Amino acid sequence: MADASSVEIRGVDKFYGSFQALSAIDLSVPPGKVTCLIGPSGSGKSTLLRCINFLEVYDSGEIRIDGRMIGYDAPGGRRMSGGALRRMRQSIGMVFQQFNLWPHMTARENVAEGLLRVRRLRRAEAMARAEAALEKVGLGDRMDNHPARLSGGQQQRVAIARAIAMEPRLMLFDEPTSALDPELVGEVLGVMKTLAGEGMTMVVVTHEMGFAAHVADRVAFMDRGELVAVDTPEAILTRPEDPRIQSFLRTFHERNSF
Amino acid sequence: MFSIQAFLDSFGPLLWAARYTLLVSGLGIALGLVLGALVCAAALSRWRAARFVAALWVSFLRGVPLLVQLLLMYYLLPVIGINVPAIVAAVVTVGICASAYISEIWRGAIGALPPGQSEAAVAVGMNNRDLWTRIILPQAVVMSLPALVNELILLVKASSLVSLVGIMEVTRASQAQAATTFRPLEVYIAAACIYLLINLCLAGLGRYLEHRMAV
Ligand SMILES: Nc1ncnc2c1ncn2[C@@H]1O[C@H](COP(=O)(O)OP(=O)(O)OP(=O)(O)O)[C@@H](O)[C@H]1O
Ligand SMILES: [Mg+2]
Repeated sequence: MADASSVEIRGVDKFYGSFQALSAIDLSVPPGKVTCLIGPSGSGKSTLLRCINFLEVYDSGEIRIDGRMIGYDAPGGRRMSGGALRRMRQSIGMVFQQFNLWPHMTARENVAEGLLRVRRLRRAEAMARAEAALEKVGLGDRMDNHPARLSGGQQQRVAIARAIAMEPRLMLFDEPTSALDPELVGEVLGVMKTLAGEGMTMVVVTHEMGFAAHVADRVAFMDRGELVAVDTPEAILTRPEDPRIQSFLRTFHERNSF
Repeated sequence: MFSIQAFLDSFGPLLWAARYTLLVSGLGIALGLVLGALVCAAALSRWRAARFVAALWVSFLRGVPLLVQLLLMYYLLPVIGINVPAIVAAVVTVGICASAYISEIWRGAIGALPPGQSEAAVAVGMNNRDLWTRIILPQAVVMSLPALVNELILLVKASSLVSLVGIMEVTRASQAQAATTFRPLEVYIAAACIYLLINLCLAGLGRYLEHRMAV
């Protein structure tokens, strides 16, 4: 991808009431690279990911996409207008743990909806692009199915098609395989690997250590709202120095081996 | 002795009177849907004053019996200088009362949608209007259909109350018929049959709609 986005996160804090969900987060996501966010439950991974497209409001600090701040017109400034925010979101794809497909639409309609309403493409053009995106995730034969008629893995691939049809320069994934039966995880990770291979900038919250180890360029470890370390997968996953990472990986391996 | 003849003879006048039962409940639900949408929008609005008015509207209309509302309207309108036929006052009162229940039905349906539905729309950059017309309302309306049909059935039955302000609907016509024929049992059994028939049709319609619109 020629024009993949970069993300710069600096000094981001986020509060839920008096509870601090994110503390002074700094993270650089280079263009065309895959960054995995890992860490224990409740550590703030989803919150941070959702701040990147401003689905969650951060309270201080700044998040910049290709140098442009999202959510506010300046650090500590006023909230960005709805229109400006929507324009920025158009080039950020998001994939959710629960797929969040629209159940009253077919797979094709799910993918075409953003092209029609947001991109304002003509119907024929939107449908053609939706079909191409579905072909790409291997669902060329399922376009007329409603989500209820698709397996979890197929639904998540439709959700990925819905995001990539908008031709985003950045993709955010929040535990995209956590709601899937184990035998369906592979098909979704396969599509994500292909995207990564094409040079898409990706931020992936995941518990799939295999994916983090083999596909990620960088792995960030979070704990209690803090970003503890960012490094190569190798450094974080095989020889971590921080005791919090060591203990996380230890419980993780215990849970996944028998 | 039960008289088949008196029973059958009751159907003529009662079916004729059923026009008013259908009119009051049909127009009542139509008005209730329109007002209910407005009240629901107010209840979900970001303006505190609108939410307050909606809450007041709903709690008053659900807290006061329809019969009292009808009598209130019937006696209040002339006092404030509005002279309309009783049937108009009845339809408006029934519609207003229904709007309270319908706005709650819709608020419930909208609230029952998983938040991820809106999040997915917001994440692709959809604006508020498309979010509501394309994502939220199509799903909420389908989800609310069974409850709306139920509300309509309740209205058909509640419309018997408008007999008290002098409208010759099925219940009032039954009273008149019973008074002239001295066959109350036959007449009221016929009235029951008519209400049952109307509501069975509505229930069937409800099942059909649900089936048609289910995804
Ligand atoms: N809307 C909210 N209101 C209050 N607290 C919240 C809210 N959303 C999240 N939190 C809290 O913020 C913290 C971080 O939550 P977050 O969902 O980001 O964690 P996570 O790392 O994604 O966890 P998981 O692996 O379980 O998904 C948690 O303690 C959570 O309880
Ligand atoms: Mg999470």
